Amino acid sequence: MSAIATQSALSATAESALETWLAEQTGKSLLRFLTCGSVDDGKSTLIGRLLYDSQLILDDQLASLRKESRNRHVGDEGIDFSLLVDGLAAEREQGITIDVAYRFFSTDKRKFIVADTPGHEQYTRNMATGASNADLAIVLIDARKGVLTQTRRHSFILSLIGVKHVVLAINKIDLVGYSADTFATIEAEYRAFARDLGFETLVAIPVSALRGDNMLTPSPQMPWYTGPQLVPYLETIEVATDRTQKPLRFPVQWVNRPNLDFRGFSGTVASGTVKVGDDLLVAASRKPAKVARIVTMAGDIDEAIAGEAVTITLDREVDISRGDVLAHPGEVPEFSNQFQARLVWMNEEQAMPGRSYLLKLGSQVVPASITGLKFRTNVNTLEQSVAKTLEMNEVGTVTIATDKPIAFDSYGTNALTGSFILIDRISNATLGAGVIEFGLRRAQNLSYQSFDVNRKVRADLKGQTAQIVWFTGLSGSGKSTVANLVEKRLTADGRHAYILDGDNVRHGLNKDLGFTDADRVENVRRVAEVARLMADAGLIVLVSFISPFANERRLAREVAGDIRFTEVFVNTPLEVCEARDPKGLYAKARRGEISNFTGISSPYEAPQTPDVTLHGGLHDPVYMADELYARIFDFGASYSI
Amino acid sequence: MSQSSRRTLSHLHALESESIEIFREVAASFERPVMMYSIGKDSSVLLHLARKAFFPSRVPFPVLHIDTKWKFREMIAFRDRMAREHDLDLLVHTNPDGLAAGINPFDHGSAVHTDVMKTQALRQALNAGKYDAAIGGARRDEEKSRAKERIFSHRNAQHAWDPKNQRPELWRIFNTRLAPGESMRVFPISNWTELDVWTYIYAEGIPIPDLYFARKRPVVERSGTLIMVDDERFRFNPGETAREEMIRFRTLGCYPLSGGIRSDAADLPSIIMEMQASRTSEREGRLIDSDSVGSMEKKKQEGYF
Repeated sequence: MSAIATQSALSATAESALETWLAEQTGKSLLRFLTCGSVDDGKSTLIGRLLYDSQLILDDQLASLRKESRNRHVGDEGIDFSLLVDGLAAEREQGITIDVAYRFFSTDKRKFIVADTPGHEQYTRNMATGASNADLAIVLIDARKGVLTQTRRHSFILSLIGVKHVVLAINKIDLVGYSADTFATIEAEYRAFARDLGFETLVAIPVSALRGDNMLTPSPQMPWYTGPQLVPYLETIEVATDRTQKPLRFPVQWVNRPNLDFRGFSGTVASGTVKVGDDLLVAASRKPAKVARIVTMAGDIDEAIAGEAVTITLDREVDISRGDVLAHPGEVPEFSNQFQARLVWMNEEQAMPGRSYLLKLGSQVVPASITGLKFRTNVNTLEQSVAKTLEMNEVGTVTIATDKPIAFDSYGTNALTGSFILIDRISNATLGAGVIEFGLRRAQNLSYQSFDVNRKVRADLKGQTAQIVWFTGLSGSGKSTVANLVEKRLTADGRHAYILDGDNVRHGLNKDLGFTDADRVENVRRVAEVARLMADAGLIVLVSFISPFANERRLAREVAGDIRFTEVFVNTPLEVCEARDPKGLYAKARRGEISNFTGISSPYEAPQTPDVTLHGGLHDPVYMADELYARIFDFGASYSI
Repeated sequence: MSQSSRRTLSHLHALESESIEIFREVAASFERPVMMYSIGKDSSVLLHLARKAFFPSRVPFPVLHIDTKWKFREMIAFRDRMAREHDLDLLVHTNPDGLAAGINPFDHGSAVHTDVMKTQALRQALNAGKYDAAIGGARRDEEKSRAKERIFSHRNAQHAWDPKNQRPELWRIFNTRLAPGESMRVFPISNWTELDVWTYIYAEGIPIPDLYFARKRPVVERSGTLIMVDDERFRFNPGETAREEMIRFRTLGCYPLSGGIRSDAADLPSIIMEMQASRTSEREGRLIDSDSVGSMEKKKQEGYF
């Protein structure tokens, strides 16, 4: 391993030899893997052996190790390798039971980062964390014990997180007399179990981490074994070449604006390749642009591939901010506010469907909630069962709704744009991690031609249910005050609402109408039609009109058709309205300066069965607005999947 | 790193990209980030990565150096040169109380000196600046206790590290949210090893202080450690005199607390070769850790990097 290279490089005094060696160092590839298996399976010994063999154990550490290894089970080197990575006792005293440790070693060909996931109670959480950045997993099996429940559990989590390459290290093979039969039996049993787990490569290797059998070189004890040795296999397996072949995903992480003449979009290419001159689309807005430059400090480059952190400039001004995803036309990610996902719960506080969390996916952060918990998977038996909540370390299949649409892919097609975490809105703790199975707005994935644009689609884009709320009541009853408060609250919650009232309709659309009974009827008819159109556009429409006649209110409801329609009667006594008289209209009416004034010189037909009645003489407007909001904008309840 | 036609990135290129992504996440997610700058090789790599992350913008946050007043003179000159060349917003803080009390490594020992002039000073500077994110150059391979450190490491309002309150980090999704008063320590080169740092410095031609290269330097030897006599404040023991030796430093800090090693490695390739052949761990030359076992863990909980 590296010792060989070091010696040869040192003996070659020529500068060119140093250069060659350094060039090799800088050109090495990187493999991230994790190890699964309990301490009993020899995991610590295996990692310790890898560190030892790659000469990363230094003289001062080695001396103390030899001392500590006395009275322990040791190999030919006189060292208990597990001591190199253990530190668990001390950590338990400090309360660190839930952690993943990262270890580093390298050989001539590759650099390795090992995620070491100890701990039994927190195994699901730890393994999911370690696996999330791993290209490969070593599943350790004690040759004397064979495939255990734990082996199955580890493999399920690997499959869930999408680790595609697995090495089945059948360890302690020396303790079963280097038996080819034992090896074959275990391998066959594991392969049968793992058939549906989606692993692309699966190699079984008989090893003794303690004695070094089949670690670096073929073991003379096992002439029957003709497969690869562990370290050479790790050095050569191809795991990460496919990310550049996938559709381009460029999540904008930071907008780079050093001065008025430069506007770049900084980010890491999550997948695919982007070239200067490429046509791009912004996933959310579908705005097009061409790549003008790909900027790095070392100079502009012609193309950037998956994994590279670059800054892109475009040929035109497009409104793009952090969280936007750039893609090639025809290969855009899904853009929706609902999806189905598998969720690993990581917090002591259980997962609650309906509660609002923050969802972070790439650089997008949005409020989101679990709208449905389909089932829970028992990680030990892989059985699915109905569940109302998820406890820590449980895995569930859920539907999630975000407050506004986000760009994503299924995890199977793109891990970096198909994974997310959920964050507690108060404690800010990371509660869970999820992988997206598929978007739930299938219609939105289709091409423009077959895309059926209707009210529901438009409203879904806005994350709401389109509806009409019709306020009726005397002049001065408080209709507009309440409607305004409700509109503010809806807007603050990210909803899209609009108020239709006398002020904005009578001055334009209806300025040809007076206050005769006939004109009042026409006034309401027109407003009802406008309300319907706006609701059809996906808006929440708040209509604030005296609308004194029951017939016209019924007409308005009929015009609305299947749009949700709520009649709100602001029932404030005439004396109260007249005492308020905010516009001095009652005074004028009493003096006879206004004719046909509702309540004074024109009738008001109070609704007999309004959907909501607000008592304006008893309650203040904020109270009424809250009441109304709770009654009709309970989004959790009205939001059906 | 240079562009290539290969369809996978070299490990250094992958590490570089990962670090750049972390830097950008900090700039985009925090109100008042600051970058710790200790002038050493890791800080040099950190600075280089920060410049790459934001190019052509200048580094969009200040760079903070905690000056104990006992750094090598050459370090200070190097620091000021870097700030000038890269148009950095350089902040230098020294603990005024420690300065007034005349705290120094000779009279007070490494533990007191480090606590007052480094740990406390850092806390003062972070409080005064109300920084919500402090970027540091710690690596997971440096020490056992750091193998589990997060890349975004949460600190409570007292800057303390609460092992139970650390957040799982999956994929490259970092939870950067904080309650008022809390802060984050961010370690963009967590996944780099010492060899990675050196080969990257070589590959990118990153300037580092000359102290890393073997030169004839005035030293005294104390219990096997070579201490450089950097200025007139050095306290000689009776009968002790400085002698010239060919030495270099593997880590830089306060000069009375930094042990040099005998070496002929006067350029970068020689250092890397020598380091590859050397069989002692990096922190051996750092006298801070020798005061008590497990001291790094303790210092981390107290707010030292």
